[in-house]
Amino acid sequence: MERLRSLLRPVTSVPLARHLIVALVALLVVMAVIGMSSQYLQTRYAEMAYFAIAAGGLTLLTGLSGQLSLGHGALMAVGAYAATLVLERTGGESLADVFVALLVAIGVCAVVGVVVGVPAARLHGPYIAGATLTLAVAVPRLANQWDVLGGEQGLQVPVPRASELPAWIQDLIWFFTAVEIDQYSFLAYLGWLLLALTFVALANLSRSRVGRRWRAVRDDDVSAELAGIHLGRARVVAFTVSAMCAGLAGGLMAMNVRLTAPGAFTITLSLTLLAAVVLGGLGSLTGALIGAGVLAFLPHFATDLGESFGLSATQAAEVTPVVYGLVLMLVILLAPAGIVGSLRPFLARLSATSALGSTKEKTT
Amino acid sequence: MRTTARRAVQVVCVLTTASLLAACGAGKERPSEEGTAVGVTDTTIKVGAHFPLTGPAAPGYSEIPSGHQAFYEYVNDAGGVHGRKIEMVVKDDAYNPTNTSAVTNDMILQDEIFAMVAGLGTPTHRAVVQRLNDDGIPDLFVSSGSLQWGDNPETSPMTFGWQPDYEIEGKVIGQYVAENMPDAKVGLFLQDDDFGEDGEKGARQFLDSQIVDVQKYTPGGSTDFSPQMSSFKSKGVDLVIGFNTPSYTALSQIAAQGVGFKSKWFYSNVGSDPALVGGLLASMTKGKIPAEQGVKLMDGMMTTEYIPGVDAPDDEWVKLWQKVWDSYSKKGSEKLTNYRIYGMSQAYTFVQALQANGKDLTRESIVETIEKEGASFEGPGLAPFRFSEDSHMGISGVSVVEIKNGASEPLTPVLVTDIGDAPIEEDDSAASDAPPSSGIPE
Amino acid sequence: MQQFLDTTLGGLVLGAVYAAFALALCLIWRSTRIVNFAQAAMAMVTTYIALTLINADVPYWVAFVAAIAAGFGLGAVIERVIIRPVEGKAELNAVILTLGLFMVLHGLTAITFGVQHRGFPAPVSTNAIAVGDSSIGITPFGILTIVVVAVVMAGLVVLFRFTDLGLRMRAAAFNGEVSRLLGVRVGRMLTLGWALAAAVGAVAGMLIAGGDLVNPAFMDPFVIYGFIAAVLGGLDSPLGSVIGGLILGLSLSYVTGYIGEHLAPLVALGILMVVLLVRPSGLFAAAAARRV
Repeated sequence: MERLRSLLRPVTSVPLARHLIVALVALLVVMAVIGMSSQYLQTRYAEMAYFAIAAGGLTLLTGLSGQLSLGHGALMAVGAYAATLVLERTGGESLADVFVALLVAIGVCAVVGVVVGVPAARLHGPYIAGATLTLAVAVPRLANQWDVLGGEQGLQVPVPRASELPAWIQDLIWFFTAVEIDQYSFLAYLGWLLLALTFVALANLSRSRVGRRWRAVRDDDVSAELAGIHLGRARVVAFTVSAMCAGLAGGLMAMNVRLTAPGAFTITLSLTLLAAVVLGGLGSLTGALIGAGVLAFLPHFATDLGESFGLSATQAAEVTPVVYGLVLMLVILLAPAGIVGSLRPFLARLSATSALGSTKEKTT
Repeated sequence: MRTTARRAVQVVCVLTTASLLAACGAGKERPSEEGTAVGVTDTTIKVGAHFPLTGPAAPGYSEIPSGHQAFYEYVNDAGGVHGRKIEMVVKDDAYNPTNTSAVTNDMILQDEIFAMVAGLGTPTHRAVVQRLNDDGIPDLFVSSGSLQWGDNPETSPMTFGWQPDYEIEGKVIGQYVAENMPDAKVGLFLQDDDFGEDGEKGARQFLDSQIVDVQKYTPGGSTDFSPQMSSFKSKGVDLVIGFNTPSYTALSQIAAQGVGFKSKWFYSNVGSDPALVGGLLASMTKGKIPAEQGVKLMDGMMTTEYIPGVDAPDDEWVKLWQKVWDSYSKKGSEKLTNYRIYGMSQAYTFVQALQANGKDLTRESIVETIEKEGASFEGPGLAPFRFSEDSHMGISGVSVVEIKNGASEPLTPVLVTDIGDAPIEEDDSAASDAPPSSGIPE
Repeated sequence: MQQFLDTTLGGLVLGAVYAAFALALCLIWRSTRIVNFAQAAMAMVTTYIALTLINADVPYWVAFVAAIAAGFGLGAVIERVIIRPVEGKAELNAVILTLGLFMVLHGLTAITFGVQHRGFPAPVSTNAIAVGDSSIGITPFGILTIVVVAVVMAGLVVLFRFTDLGLRMRAAAFNGEVSRLLGVRVGRMLTLGWALAAAVGAVAGMLIAGGDLVNPAFMDPFVIYGFIAAVLGGLDSPLGSVIGGLILGLSLSYVTGYIGEHLAPLVALGILMVVLLVRPSGLFAAAAARRV
């Protein structure tokens, strides 16, 4: 055992390798779980994946660089529309079409991220909250401005039929899960694969020099500036990276919902993402994942719960936002570090650090 | 290494917990692979529909499913259809297409419905038509008059319309206005989607030169239409034709009064129910006049009609609906409304199709039955259905009526036509159909 | 010309309501340095209370007063129970807290009162005022709206300028420590600030609901428009808030009337960004610079 550990040390001491191993193991487990689930659950997992990607990006922004964005719903809208327009033109039948669409969504959001990030970097606290909230309301309404965006009723999104996927993917999936891939499982696998890649990238970024700068800016912007960190630039980069995540999430959301319409990108979506991030603990990717899981699965539980208390179906549907709101309030009032953050001191006694720790923690 | 392992364990724990939690609530069976009779057992048929139970389109429309449910219970208590009882799942989409997509997903994968029956709304149902057709799920009698449900059975073989489409309604309205009010300056008030577009298409066939202004609204957007009404006023409009849902009829009336715009009004059938709109108007007006008096505010408005409504209590169909509603409404205190009659009329057509299909029911067979026999279904509709292999369009005609004291007075006989340049003809033949004595189609 | 006049009058009425709402935000900002993103939801709750009373055949003006009283109580309770712990803490905490409160109030109202759209009556006519043969684009209810907002504003000026209580409130907001030493009960003054603000918000809710349909989301646009109006005027300045509200109301009315309703939030965002980046202390701020 000791020898094994020493053999592995060169691998595990490199953050990238370590993150890749964790991601790979997790991905294999997830694939198995998805393979065994019903089609209905597969759609929930797919939803969890894109929420987690968006929440991961937001976590990076809010937890690491200390900026708030209530406009990530708008950025998801941009990603969703970009991906949809590409899929409409390419037909969206092959795997390549899907990846091109997602890359375009990420690219467009990177540009939008810079455009929004530059003015946002100059704002703080309630001002950035109000401005990004307005952004969340304003951007989806642009769909009513240009016919190509389909107006209020939105655009249909073509999705690849599972039977048209390359044979090797179908075989590979069958080999691992002993279940034929179909449309629903395909989207779930795709979502989780991209989620794993995104989280590895984000974890590495936060461990890199860039990440240390962000934390320095968050913890004390004056000292950071004195130390030679360009505040504005650091913030804009953080905003852009997080916008790219939102873009990817939006693209995946379009494929899952099969419709891209302004009605999907409400204030509630943006606030819900914030709830996921706050719930998990600002700055923790694991937290973002937990938060996303809550987003994907809570509505059904909360609605059932509401109905069991004698509420009508439409009233019971309102239990979910109440829970999100309570989560936001209780976390701020009782456990400002979120679930993972609150457990961290406890976990820290067991072991050293976790991926997105503060600069004040020793980075070993 | 320990960190790595611990993090891996963390992640796995999260996932396992999530999946276990999820497994508690959700169905565990995969749908059967043959698929063609999902949702049907020897004793039950499960159907589903999305309705706006909340949101801007809910007033009125949210009552439609209760009509369906009352009629299905009536049929079930009489032994069901070929021994099967009909069960209907109703999900709220708040008239938001994205929600429609989500709840339809749930109905297909979690509730495993046999067919979608009477899903409501043009922008909403449009979001799921392709999905339903891709998955081979019958999509019957959509509660909307958009053309897309029936004008192209090749792309949407599983989808059928029910009510007269907005294009023929627009044509009939257009012809009536062109003949009887040739000097009117017409303003169109349209919902900004296929609903408004289809209606405009029909109306323009006759009124292109009379239309001086077009104003649109977004469902769920602003509820203040003063700018739109100001524009009508400044362009000298003296007849407004509205293709809009009921709340927006009330809101446009309030806004018109607010900017001092006076005009004749002609609302399409879907937005004109006097009881509902009158009630909304009354509740918004100074001093809150009683709802019963609100219908007076609708006097002189024109609209169209294609099934008998509550204002004709002596009609044989309305007597049947009243009887069913009196014994099967969930809450005894609620009244029979035109929206509940609409739901029961649709439910009648669905039961008719199931009866005609016979005992061997599959998703394919029900579609085939409606294509073959739908055109000869006798029902409450004032004009026959157009169902065939080449058309899945619903009821083929309407009559123009004027609202007086909450009741409608016919201005024309039933006018029957089809989309495109099909001529408009008088045809009262289907208006005299009477229900069977059992009240259940044979 | 007629349309321009109508649009302008419509904008003034709308602006008056934004002004009242911005005033409420300004009161809270001055007392606790918090932007209350739950303000719109609080006003929605009080409007529903009034609607329930009206539907139980209580006279309109009694319901109006009840809404204000309910707002006063709600504001005080919220400040004491929920906001007090985050006062003076990191500003992100207060933002997230009030957003959470927004969601909770929203959902609870929907559960309690239902989500249906319901008509809300106006106390006076909502028909345009006739002038000879024609009519102008303002209604008696529109005039009433402007008058009520003006009265509220005047009342606040009197309170802060000419009463001892107003002086103590200003002192508590200006410098809590010193005021405390001078015997001002600072905590109580802050609570009073929130209560007053919520009462003003309740008035705005009643004015926007009259002659319209209400549902739990009917005040949502005010979350952003009220904020923008307040920032436009400088957040700190009550007079600025009022003028900011009028400017925003007029701008949005013109955009809606001449371009399209869907662009209104985008134009509002544009106005906000220009103000924040070019004149961060608002159009009417006093000399002191403000960090945004």
